[in-house]
Amino acid sequence: MTEQPQYSGGFQNAPIQAARAFRAAMTVMARPGEIRELNGSRPPDPLSIAAGTLLLTLCDPETKVHLAGAVNTDAAREWLTFHTGAPLAQAADADFAVGRWAELGSLGTYRIGTAEYPDRSATLIVECDELQQAGAELSGPGIKGTAQLFLPDVPALQANAALYPLGCDFFFTSGDRVAALPRSTRISMET
Amino acid sequence: MYVAVKGGEKAIENAHAWLAEERRGATDIAELSIAQIREQLSLAVNRVMAEGSLYDPDLAALAIKQARGDLIEAVFLIRAYRTTLPRFGYSNPIATGEMACDRRISATFKDAPGGQVLGPTFDCTHRLLDFKLAAEGEVLAAPTAHPRTGATPHITEFLKGEDIIQDEPASDATPGDLTREPMEFPSTRPLRLQSLTRGDEGFVLGMAYSTQRGYARNHAFVGELRIGKVVVEMDIPELGFAIDIGEIEVTECETVNQFKGSKTEPPQFTRGYGLVFGQSERKSIAMALVDRALRWEELGEDNLGAPAQDEEFVLSHADNVQATGFLEHIKLPHYVDFQSELELVRKLRREAEERNASQEAEPSERGPL
Amino acid sequence: MNEYNFAYLDEQTKRMIRRAILKGLAVPGYQVPFASREMPMPYGWGTGGVQVSAATLTPKDTLKVIDQGADDTTNAVSIRKFFENTAGVETTEETEKATVIQTRHRIPEAKLREDQIIVYQVPIPEPLRFLEPRETETRKMHSLEEYGLMHVKLYEDISQHGAISTAYAYPVYVSDRYVMDPSPIPKFDNPKLEMDAIQLFGAGREQRIYAIPPHTKVVSLDFEDYPFEATKAEHCCDLCGAEDSYLDEVIMDDAGNRMFVCSDTDYCRSRREAGHMGRLAGENAA
Repeated sequence: MTEQPQYSGGFQNAPIQAARAFRAAMTVMARPGEIRELNGSRPPDPLSIAAGTLLLTLCDPETKVHLAGAVNTDAAREWLTFHTGAPLAQAADADFAVGRWAELGSLGTYRIGTAEYPDRSATLIVECDELQQAGAELSGPGIKGTAQLFLPDVPALQANAALYPLGCDFFFTSGDRVAALPRSTRISMET
Repeated sequence: MYVAVKGGEKAIENAHAWLAEERRGATDIAELSIAQIREQLSLAVNRVMAEGSLYDPDLAALAIKQARGDLIEAVFLIRAYRTTLPRFGYSNPIATGEMACDRRISATFKDAPGGQVLGPTFDCTHRLLDFKLAAEGEVLAAPTAHPRTGATPHITEFLKGEDIIQDEPASDATPGDLTREPMEFPSTRPLRLQSLTRGDEGFVLGMAYSTQRGYARNHAFVGELRIGKVVVEMDIPELGFAIDIGEIEVTECETVNQFKGSKTEPPQFTRGYGLVFGQSERKSIAMALVDRALRWEELGEDNLGAPAQDEEFVLSHADNVQATGFLEHIKLPHYVDFQSELELVRKLRREAEERNASQEAEPSERGPL
Repeated sequence: MNEYNFAYLDEQTKRMIRRAILKGLAVPGYQVPFASREMPMPYGWGTGGVQVSAATLTPKDTLKVIDQGADDTTNAVSIRKFFENTAGVETTEETEKATVIQTRHRIPEAKLREDQIIVYQVPIPEPLRFLEPRETETRKMHSLEEYGLMHVKLYEDISQHGAISTAYAYPVYVSDRYVMDPSPIPKFDNPKLEMDAIQLFGAGREQRIYAIPPHTKVVSLDFEDYPFEATKAEHCCDLCGAEDSYLDEVIMDDAGNRMFVCSDTDYCRSRREAGHMGRLAGENAA
């Protein structure tokens, strides 16, 4: 039988690879501004290895996923469905959304949680050309003093942080690298 | 001389070995088989299946044997095993109207289609110890008759015709599952029923009894109690139809409750519902009473502040595996916390004594007491 | 136990727990509901901590498990054994060597590092629970940041006893937003809650996970005129002489004579190995 693309590129050893991947994801979410390697999956183009690995690690039939713009291809949909069973959804219903910043659309579309359940908010996986520890200045939980991270849209992310404790949380992915920005992080432009 | 306590691992191993020996009891007495427990302690097996939320008489019997007859411990063993089982799918709702009834009684009608079938019940036995059983006497075979053919209709169906009992509209909505989602309040009726059917029999019984004694009394009649086997069906998408995957024994109780009507509902009878694995009569009646008490809001009744009306109270405390774990955890070492309290109490006493001493030192006009 | 998955839990359960951990880290101190599973150990004995550890461990980790600060208490031994069997991870009693530390009731004395994770077992995660038993009410209070009830309780303590009479599970205010229960650690440990390591809290029976990222502001609740005080027995460790460690009080004989020893057994051992000696160190040579 020839290998069909949607059936390949999953974890070879899910319990171990998912455990390693989660540790990277947890580390960057706990330490905004840090960048870690994140691999284990081979998703179809244009999904990055890091974004694909996050999806395999965190998504399943209990999570709704929104594929935005260029990543919303037949191949990506089939791959995601085969490996995770996650139902596809519109941005407004999504637990997870993947795509480039411009294609993810307005942050106002996504769930930000409720006052009683702020955890019921979307996590956005933002595909980037590269990740750089330069640009915006970050401070708050997880950060000793300040940290730097290039962010795609500082005003929009500042507005998200202003919703705290509501708001979306973000992973930034590029190739096999990942960084994160929880809603708790305060953002200012470096002078 | 002080030597720190060491060797926890060895102590645990030894405790387990001793436990195994105690479980077996005197070795000159024949060992119980799983089949003996399953066949001869079947009501214990039923309770473990019901509260363990797993229909498997052999595993329940094994759990009872392993737990030395401690049924809550057996329920715990079954629950811990159950969580590790993969889920292949969900069955269709069982059709209790199609039940092959071993027992079926109604307290609301003298007779009805399907009849009053006493079945294997303790009800009218005189509770006299039967010393013949101690002498291992043989049991005479019970008389038999030809079973009725055809379905036994639910008693409440007859009241429905008259529009005098509250309607329970059918729904295809997927019920929640408290073993897969965290409990949230206010809850929903399906989740309440799930919580009650696996809740501790003693707890649910106590709650139900409290309603009868006036804490949110809801005037329940046993409209019907039926016990028997039902078929479990599952849709197989590849086949395009449902197939039988087995048969389970359940006890179902529907209560018919007096109801004067409320702001939103006309005067009519209302219902409480109980459904429990196996022959579990007491539990299913109790469940129906508590279910009815918890429906006060939906029926526009007053909240009388009774414990059985308090969903958060009932559902948070019904589970005996949770309760027993938390209760028994206080025997774990707490000396760090105790030490901090010890220091605090000593400090507060010291300060109080100092205050008293300084007050006594001051000259008093009243003189010594 | 080989027929079970890595770290016992199935992958779907681990994903559910992992998602809750990430949300917990994003909203420090907020209790994330999660569908706690029925573990093969009793509720109240660390099922929350065990589930969080199981979702966090990788095969490369070195695990340390303590109860009351000690590695050799029976429950710590039992949980350590569970992960040796189901995850095949290395275990250690040395705080220094551990990458993941599961704890009940203590924070180790040694300062934890950036590359370490500490997992707390939590019995009652809701700091307001003993003031208001209803989840529906306490959830509202957290959402409105309405913590007046807690301050009233602490203030009543002061007016009645002249001091805040909470000695353990002393509530903290996390990142200027959520009042949080730090689990039943003695208040001596509260200042350590601002640390370099990731802190995860698991309450199995109560179905809650919460977290404190590294370097997060954690303030023990107090009043200007009655500031928080981290207290301990006013003694030194009789074995290692430490003046800065939390102490257990041990009754030594029928006359009720006491000795004080470090509750953190690894800390005490490492100090003794480095040559430190306490009042009764010589007597303990055997």
